[in-house]
Amino acid sequence: MSEPGVPGQFTATLERDQPETGPRRMILNMGPQHPSTHGVLRLLIELDGETITHCEPDIGYLHTGIEKECEVKTYQQAVTLTDRVDYLAPLSNNLAYCLAVEKLLQLEIPPQAQWMRVMLAEFTRLNSHLVWLATHAIDIGAMSVFLYCFREREEILRIFEMFSGQRMMTSYFRIGGLALEPPRGWYQRVKKFIDIFPSRVDEYENLLTANPIWIGRTKGVGFISLEDMLDLGVTGPMLRAAGLKIDARKDRPYSSYDKFDFEVPTRTANDVYARYQVRIEELRQSAKIIRQAMEGMPSGPWKADDPHVVLPDREKMKTQMEALIYHFKIVTEGFRVPEGEVYHVIESPRGELGYYVVSDGTATPYRVHMRTPSFGNLQAVPTMVEGILIADVIASIGSMDFVLGDTDR
Amino acid sequence: MDAFIVITLIKLALIAFVLLTAVAYLQWVERKVIAHIQVRPGPYRVGPHGLLQPLADVIKLITKEDMMPSYVNKPLYLFAPFIAVAMALLSIAVIPFGPTIEVAGYQTWMQLTDLNIGVLFILAASSMGVYGIALAGWASNNKYALLGGLRSSAQMISYELPLALAVASPLLVSNTLSLRKLVGSQEGGILHWNVIGGGQIVAFLVFVIAAFAETNRVPFDLPEAENELVAGFHTEYSSMKFAAFFMAEYLNMVTVSCMAALLFLGGWDAPWAPEHGSRFVPSIIFVIAGLTALYHGANPPHKLDRYTFTAFGLIFLVLAAIFVAPIVQSWLLPLFWFVAKAGIILFAFIWIRGTLPRFRYDQLMGFAWKFLFPVAMLNLLVTSFLIAWFA
Repeated sequence: MSEPGVPGQFTATLERDQPETGPRRMILNMGPQHPSTHGVLRLLIELDGETITHCEPDIGYLHTGIEKECEVKTYQQAVTLTDRVDYLAPLSNNLAYCLAVEKLLQLEIPPQAQWMRVMLAEFTRLNSHLVWLATHAIDIGAMSVFLYCFREREEILRIFEMFSGQRMMTSYFRIGGLALEPPRGWYQRVKKFIDIFPSRVDEYENLLTANPIWIGRTKGVGFISLEDMLDLGVTGPMLRAAGLKIDARKDRPYSSYDKFDFEVPTRTANDVYARYQVRIEELRQSAKIIRQAMEGMPSGPWKADDPHVVLPDREKMKTQMEALIYHFKIVTEGFRVPEGEVYHVIESPRGELGYYVVSDGTATPYRVHMRTPSFGNLQAVPTMVEGILIADVIASIGSMDFVLGDTDR
Repeated sequence: MDAFIVITLIKLALIAFVLLTAVAYLQWVERKVIAHIQVRPGPYRVGPHGLLQPLADVIKLITKEDMMPSYVNKPLYLFAPFIAVAMALLSIAVIPFGPTIEVAGYQTWMQLTDLNIGVLFILAASSMGVYGIALAGWASNNKYALLGGLRSSAQMISYELPLALAVASPLLVSNTLSLRKLVGSQEGGILHWNVIGGGQIVAFLVFVIAAFAETNRVPFDLPEAENELVAGFHTEYSSMKFAAFFMAEYLNMVTVSCMAALLFLGGWDAPWAPEHGSRFVPSIIFVIAGLTALYHGANPPHKLDRYTFTAFGLIFLVLAAIFVAPIVQSWLLPLFWFVAKAGIILFAFIWIRGTLPRFRYDQLMGFAWKFLFPVAMLNLLVTSFLIAWFA
């Protein structure tokens, strides 16, 4: 493992080892505006020919201050900020935050809302994995896969838009349940999508899985030992591709994930190809979960029964005095959350996503911290890319599937 | 002698005009074909079905600000795109497009000039083209461009060997270096073409693969691997200088496709004798295309297609009528077969681009030296032994 660099002194660190005279190694600044660093990651790469001898990632170009901003929002308002953290998996972030706050409030979420949350979280996983596959494939030069993936993602975004009015920043989960029930015709649309989706995954696999060029570019590339990954805090599909069967949905079931029948795919090869296989299999498993959720959706209310926290129905608010008062109180000053601190972990598409929420008894969080999977996964970059070719850096980075918004909260 | 000069000048202007237009429209075809592979419509706004898009692109590229970074090596930086495009144009000069025609009483070939070493000339010109890219990468004084230039020189030099070896075998079979005589030796239908009659199917495949690498196309487009090297050797080029590289790439594509057609597919020779019906093939194709277009014009998918598809349909039908006219058949038919053969190979270029990922640098080199080179060598040896045996 390489030594961590000194922030702000990257170039100096790199040039320190260079000889005064004679051949020097080339230092290549990759990013922050580079087609394949997936956002604004900056990599300082020391090259010997096309082989990488040293690499230092530099993050912070997309710092949003969301964690800090949560401290001046009410608990409900902060949900809309969590969308913006990982903009490819907004509902996973909503879910983790809501679950954390609900744990503090000790709210009981009705089963229908729980199942709906599972369904939408899995849609988010499909959405995120499709973008991952699209960009990963185009990084390696397979141009058409990019557009095929975006065709399916477009349909998912339309499904999101149908129930929330938004394509990406849905902010659909509320503390205590869901914002609204899905509109008429929504289930038919989901069914149509889920019926066709497995054949579309086959289509991607036809183009890639057995393609000798794809295998040549991905097999045996981007190896990093399991111990190193665990030390660095890597989670999610990368660990599963190394043979470690770890998935918060199975290990610490939340939101009634224990009622669903699905597999956690693992591979042991621990390379870019294995990560590709794991994620492709996760696409299929997620589609399976969505189908189960759709077919077995329990009936009942969409929100928890707690008038102090959950907004009343529009109908009641217009007709009952009491409901109107609750509505006014929640909207103007939010709801108070009992003092305490809580940490809740879910399995986001990228890995273990944890929300740490501290409450001082007021209506705004005292502190919200996100343990985001992208940040952990990104730590593996220097170890992974040392000694490989520059073209493999692109494949390795692509296989990590990080979102820079998720890294710089 | 004066007539010779006039005719040559006319041919020069004609070939340059047709070729440059063809290159511009090749790009349109590429964008359309790839778009349809990728379930999207492609260029659609400029002209009917985006047909004026190449023109708009040219205007855009000419009028764009021409930026030159201050730290470049100026003479070489300016010279590089010139070499690239000049060498690409140069090789077209010796390519024959059809048999002799009679213009105003003068017999002339559909070819600018017939060198008796035409094949060698093309190989030499395309080797010189490497300088354009290598110098562009070096003179830009940019690390990405340098890596792109390095990759490209290594790649093109490596792939020139299998390419030349693959070219050598049909030359042995036909026993000439003149492209015109090469076609002459393959006359008499598909069974006499070098790819089948000469038994050069292996050489043909090696040639096509090496041609992909020579022209920097997917899956061998490493010099300009966008996702690794930003834009490779032309990172620092803008405006028409960028367009020059772009043009050179497409011109090279046209050249190698013509080469493949001439060396392996019998040039302008019809697949079977015109008396037995092959002279009707173009007309039949155009009639089918015209009727399809007319049908879609009658059931337009978009409002304007009522007129555009109908117009296309009528144009196709007129073309079909022209192709059965006996006066022009003698020179139009060979031209058709030549363009069709080169076109199929160009289509393969585009098709592959829509399908395959990209090789890695070391895999690319390994493929050239460990697979293509031995195969081409073996093929050449076997061919020469067989020729010596039977001759």
